[in-house]
Amino acid sequence: MFAFVISRLLQAIPVMLTVSFISFAMFTYVGDPVSIMLGQDATEAERAALVAQLGLDQPFFVQFLKFIGQAVQGQFGLSYRLSRPVAELIAERAPATLELALCAAFIAMAVGVPMGVYTGLYRNSILSRFFLTFSLIGVSLPTFLIGILLILAFAVGLGWLPSFGRGDVVQIGWWSTGFLTVSGLKAMILPAITLGLFQLTLIMRLVRAEMMEVLRTDYIKFARARGLSNRAINFGHALKNTLVPVITIAGLQLGAIIAFAIVTETVFQWPGMGLLFIQSVGSADVPVMAAYLMLIALVFVTINLIVDLLYYAVDPRLRIGKGAH
Amino acid sequence: MRIRLFAAVAALCLSFGAEARTVRWSASGDPNTMDPHSQNVGTVTMVLQQVYDALIQRTRTLGLGPGLATRWEQVEPNRWRFHLREGVRFHEGQAFTSDDVVFSITRAKQPTSNFGIYVDTIESAVAVDPLTVDIITRVPDPILPNKIASVFIMSRGWSEANGAARPQNTRQREELHTTRNTNGTGAFRLSLREPDVRTVLTRNADWWGWREEGTGNVTEIVFRPIASDATRIAALLSGEVDFVMDPPLQDLQRLRAAPGVGVLEGPEVRTIFLAMDVARPELLYSDVRGRNPLADLRVRRALYQAIDIQAIQRVTMRGQSLPTGTLFPEQVNGYVREEDVRLPFDAARARALLAEAGYPNGFEITLDCPNNRYINDEQICQAIASMWTRVGIRTRLNAMPLGPFFAKIQREDTSVYLFGWGVPTLDALYSFQSLLASRAGGQQGDGIWNYGGYSNPAMDALINRMRTETGDARQDAIRQALHIFREDVPLIPLHHQMIPWALRTSITIPHMANNQPYFRWAVVN
Repeated sequence: MFAFVISRLLQAIPVMLTVSFISFAMFTYVGDPVSIMLGQDATEAERAALVAQLGLDQPFFVQFLKFIGQAVQGQFGLSYRLSRPVAELIAERAPATLELALCAAFIAMAVGVPMGVYTGLYRNSILSRFFLTFSLIGVSLPTFLIGILLILAFAVGLGWLPSFGRGDVVQIGWWSTGFLTVSGLKAMILPAITLGLFQLTLIMRLVRAEMMEVLRTDYIKFARARGLSNRAINFGHALKNTLVPVITIAGLQLGAIIAFAIVTETVFQWPGMGLLFIQSVGSADVPVMAAYLMLIALVFVTINLIVDLLYYAVDPRLRIGKGAH
Repeated sequence: MRIRLFAAVAALCLSFGAEARTVRWSASGDPNTMDPHSQNVGTVTMVLQQVYDALIQRTRTLGLGPGLATRWEQVEPNRWRFHLREGVRFHEGQAFTSDDVVFSITRAKQPTSNFGIYVDTIESAVAVDPLTVDIITRVPDPILPNKIASVFIMSRGWSEANGAARPQNTRQREELHTTRNTNGTGAFRLSLREPDVRTVLTRNADWWGWREEGTGNVTEIVFRPIASDATRIAALLSGEVDFVMDPPLQDLQRLRAAPGVGVLEGPEVRTIFLAMDVARPELLYSDVRGRNPLADLRVRRALYQAIDIQAIQRVTMRGQSLPTGTLFPEQVNGYVREEDVRLPFDAARARALLAEAGYPNGFEITLDCPNNRYINDEQICQAIASMWTRVGIRTRLNAMPLGPFFAKIQREDTSVYLFGWGVPTLDALYSFQSLLASRAGGQQGDGIWNYGGYSNPAMDALINRMRTETGDARQDAIRQALHIFREDVPLIPLHHQMIPWALRTSITIPHMANNQPYFRWAVVN
């Protein structure tokens, strides 16, 4: 077990290094932070001085090694755009993104699983057909369009929900939460649906396929032969057995939700890390972009590690396999 | 922070009765800093000019009016004297004196300030007595008042006590106090600042200017940036926002039709033009070998006359532009109406000029264009590319975001590019020296955006006259320079941008050509 964890952690190091290298290399093409920082009246001399000050005149690998050296200590420097420490900026924005991602994941599970069960059980009912058509929309419409349509309907048309922002937030230590105010909860609804819709339809289709698969197996037939109630069979036996892959996928998708929140956050002006990233791209704010990409890579690596460990814990065959060698 | 906001709001409610008049305001970008001498960009100024005052303030017609100085005079060619307003206090209570002026001008001169252009001729500022300041310039500077109107005055005591005697230095690892805090003398004080989320300003009841005629009744301004165009307009339509500074042109029609919402139209002091590489012996990104067609005046005129500016105004800009034949709009000091004449659109003439110059079959060229800097910038370039191709100049369009775009043109890695130029000093010199002075010129600011490499000794001489001469002699130099501009076509002018503002009909605010909302003059009903 210990050796397994260590080997996984060691594998994560080259992944992180590769991500940081690629993102760092990419930044040499996103443009010139200097002209954005200095404004339109700067002279050549001022520009050269700032380039030297930021170390942008050094060879690529020197810049990269410096960056890695500081990143390892959690030092990402000062944002070019906002003149504030990058770590502080990201810590300030993380709660917004994490709350949004959790809500989206919750909606996806809470709605997707029952819909999947229903469509798996009653394949030919009108409601099932409706759910399937609806899920097609969720899969095929781009996120930003869904967001704008929701805004148009519920903010402009009906005036029920806010079209942007996070509402009022409450500070609990360094964490800012929108869960404790009415406006915060109202503001959460549209972005969370927008972000969770794709995952919702994915989970629904997954549950449906798994349910159909499981319902055909022998032990379900035996259960029916024993005279168990439909309810006990469907939920006690069938659903339980479909949930293992669903939980795996949902776990892995949580990383994707956090990463893809960029689009949703931009549409709803949600003050999270994704919006921060987009704004940083606009002004070539390299320190923020680098830190954000590294953080997302770290999230993925961590989630993968946890999933691997869960497999190890859940599936006895893995352990036996190791022992036999 | 939150508690401070509630306290401020509560205090306001007490002082004004329950009559809170709030303007909820939005734009696509958030100010990057609250430091008044750090970044010279519109998004920062639009908030800070509510909070900080300058010695001289812009009037409603963008003229110069008294600010923290009640009057000023040029006592000697190199010495301007400012008589300061009595009894002014900063928001945190410090009394305003001449020492604060000396401090602020010195601070704006620091290398970490982006405001160098406004204090470039200043040798030093000297406090004569607590309410009199002399500004000594290295050379006679006729437009010093225009420039000083952009230098905000901070409190020396407050800045020094908070370790902010200089603007932010990128080498520092720590955040500067002034990045998120202010202490001005202005009409509004900053009561909450959450970068990229919201900025709340509350009325400073003690502001000296409220006594003056025509001031408004706004008690609170809540600024919330919304980057997405569609969402920003949705927020206005749904009543969550009262005032949007940068509505997309395609939404104007709909906004005009919406109940309770109106569009306020007006020009901006920003001119869009095409700049050309006129200096290289061989043009980059072209199929012409061994020579540079753009160095030939006939080719430049052909490019100019191939552009149907009326079509661009009507279709691309939806009427929101003022086509022009000169370098800056009429709000700028030095504008000459007789020189604001375009070469007429004439495709046949353009082809003839090309043939005359030795390119009967035209040539290939690449047009570099930003796609997120000016209003409909990429669409303008698309239209021009097809117009040029029609007369035989096969144009490839290279549109990109402003980051890579600026980097590319600053490497001089370009043949033709679309560019826009605003004039914050509202004086002709600013445009001439940055865009048309020879790049090798000695003075600071000479040709810093002249990436086409235009160089004309006659123009340089006239620019030097604009620097030092006054009155009619100076106006004459500007007139001659504008004439050279028109004859020599160093740039192809397109239009002045219009900047429509969208707002709820319950709010009135004067539209300003510098794209700055002055909430001191806003009225909420």
